[in-house]
Amino acid sequence: MKFSRFYRSAAIASVAAIALAACSSDDGGDNADANGGGEEVSASGNLIGGGASSQEAAMTAWTSDITEVHPDLSVQYDPVGSGAGREGFIAGQYTFAGSDSAMDADEQEQACGAANAFHVPSYISPVAVAFNLEGVDTLNMNPDTIAKVFAGEITSWDDEEIAEQNPDADLPATDITVVHRSDESGTTENFTDYLNGAAGDSWEWEASDAFPDELTGESAQQTSGVVSLTSDTDGAITYADASQIGDLSTVAVGVGEDYVEYSADAAAAAVETAEEDSESEGARVLDRSTEEEGVYPIVMISYHIFCDEYEDESMVEQVKAFGNYVISEDGQATAEESAGSAPISDSIRDEATERIEAISVAG
Amino acid sequence: MTSTSPRTKSTARTTSAVGDKVFFGLSWTGGAIILVVLAFVAAFLLIEALPAIMPETFGPGADQAIDFWSYVWPLMAGTVMVSVIALLLATPIAIGISLFISHYAPRRFANPIGYLIDLLAAIPSVVYGAWGMLVLAPAMVPLYHWLHNNLGFIPLFAGDPNVTNTGRTLMTSGVVLAVMVLPIITALCREIFLQTPHLQQEAALGLGATRWEMIKMTVFPFARAGVISSIMLALGRALGETMAVTMVLSAGGFSWSLVTSGANATIPSEIALNFPEAFGQRQSELIAAGLMLFVITLVVNVIARAIVNSHAKKAEGLS
Repeated sequence: MKFSRFYRSAAIASVAAIALAACSSDDGGDNADANGGGEEVSASGNLIGGGASSQEAAMTAWTSDITEVHPDLSVQYDPVGSGAGREGFIAGQYTFAGSDSAMDADEQEQACGAANAFHVPSYISPVAVAFNLEGVDTLNMNPDTIAKVFAGEITSWDDEEIAEQNPDADLPATDITVVHRSDESGTTENFTDYLNGAAGDSWEWEASDAFPDELTGESAQQTSGVVSLTSDTDGAITYADASQIGDLSTVAVGVGEDYVEYSADAAAAAVETAEEDSESEGARVLDRSTEEEGVYPIVMISYHIFCDEYEDESMVEQVKAFGNYVISEDGQATAEESAGSAPISDSIRDEATERIEAISVAG
Repeated sequence: MTSTSPRTKSTARTTSAVGDKVFFGLSWTGGAIILVVLAFVAAFLLIEALPAIMPETFGPGADQAIDFWSYVWPLMAGTVMVSVIALLLATPIAIGISLFISHYAPRRFANPIGYLIDLLAAIPSVVYGAWGMLVLAPAMVPLYHWLHNNLGFIPLFAGDPNVTNTGRTLMTSGVVLAVMVLPIITALCREIFLQTPHLQQEAALGLGATRWEMIKMTVFPFARAGVISSIMLALGRALGETMAVTMVLSAGGFSWSLVTSGANATIPSEIALNFPEAFGQRQSELIAAGLMLFVITLVVNVIARAIVNSHAKKAEGLS
């Protein structure tokens, strides 16, 4: 009896919650209208975005810290995944989208009505090639070797190719266990894109958010899953968001003649030297096979996508406030602290600021 | 005391008539709801899956869609394989346990053991998954290497291209599932074995049968249909188990090898892994995979029904 009553009230409560949530997302714009007013300097109201879950940790920090600058602005972010985020942005459900990849031409055409969408590379995350091998703290590997290891062609840690690049390391004859993500992920897409671009013939697969099916290897769910599996298995190697690899050793990646350890600066340098995507405004095409000194080529860029015109004044203010805060030194430092991302460089900031400042009211 | 006035009699009759009507209504509604719910689930799956199954007509066109059947068959095969492993391991043990409880164990042990088994059914699958991932999988590695070294000529233990170092294989998942379905089979079988008519059992013993012969002659024939039903229920659980398999198995394509990691995948874990961030066509593919699971379950149940019925007919013919 007690139980059934409890369940009934729980059911009512949850229905009510859903209804409320629906209302609040519908009313977001109206509230902003009512509160915006224009007499205040800082933006206010409810800004709703959604997309890549890779940004979630940073976004949580941004949404809470932005209230220090704009006390009346509340930002909500649904970490629904990049694809769903772009879809929601196109449908007008989200005012901005977070996405691990740029919109394609088709999507850009549909987005923002008559106006254009643009990308801001606001979250840069180095992807580390991390391994667990007793007695070895760091290894040098060129892209070719990394590709062969992940393709299962090099199966033992004392393989000649690895030994040649690491004359000082004492390599055991342990089997190499490759660990990849079992769920589809922007990290996988980035890593396979790197192998595809940098390793030449040693990696025959296209970039994809799912690891190639033909390669049998260990897999686990989410970044935490691959990291814990790698940590538990001697001789395991994986790729993961560099901020979350814990105690694992990392591979210094071959760039040209040198080997580059991942670092925030080296990752930011990769984005800075990247070419602008000619098809998507603001997006970058990373040069995976770069030979430039001090550039760490395995980085993931997660974008914020905005329209360059919005319907009403208050929305424009909200978007500007949020966009500017995220790329500000403060915002980037917040993300670095909470999510371990690499702060963007000044030139990228200047360019992005220009775009964000140009957002205007439609019509 | 027995004499009742006609008045009370008639009230009693009307009450019972009302009771009958109410009960009829309730049970009829219950039956109807099941069918309606099933129909809605099937309709939902079908509608959502159409873009993946027939991309030319309902989806974005053949050039933008993957070939659904080549995507889904390894998943279907993996799902069926892992369930078969689980049932092959669990059924003999479960029947042994239930026989022990119903016919061999002293009464004061039988009940506590029964409770313990029922308790296994209440453990959440995520706990089984964690146990399989952290404890069982590493512990199975030496066994897999032994199997590969000694029985490697059998495709099941071929280890192509290499034998697992973490134990996250289809075989481990099957063992975890076996433990999970054990209480289902055991609990049902125990109840059914206990229902065997005592007269028949005593008659068999009276004719000089040993206890094993008595069980073979009276308990098993009586319980056959029930045992098959319990196995089918367990199969349903194994086919649909999501969390435990997701945590234990390194997902991959398809291989006959049970000792290789990342060589197999199952439908429920594929859906669980990729649904949260799927959208558009990918979502349709995953739902279509769910539809295939629905179909597998349906086919398996129909086959089981047929087996149960044919046994029932045979039993009738004998008597």
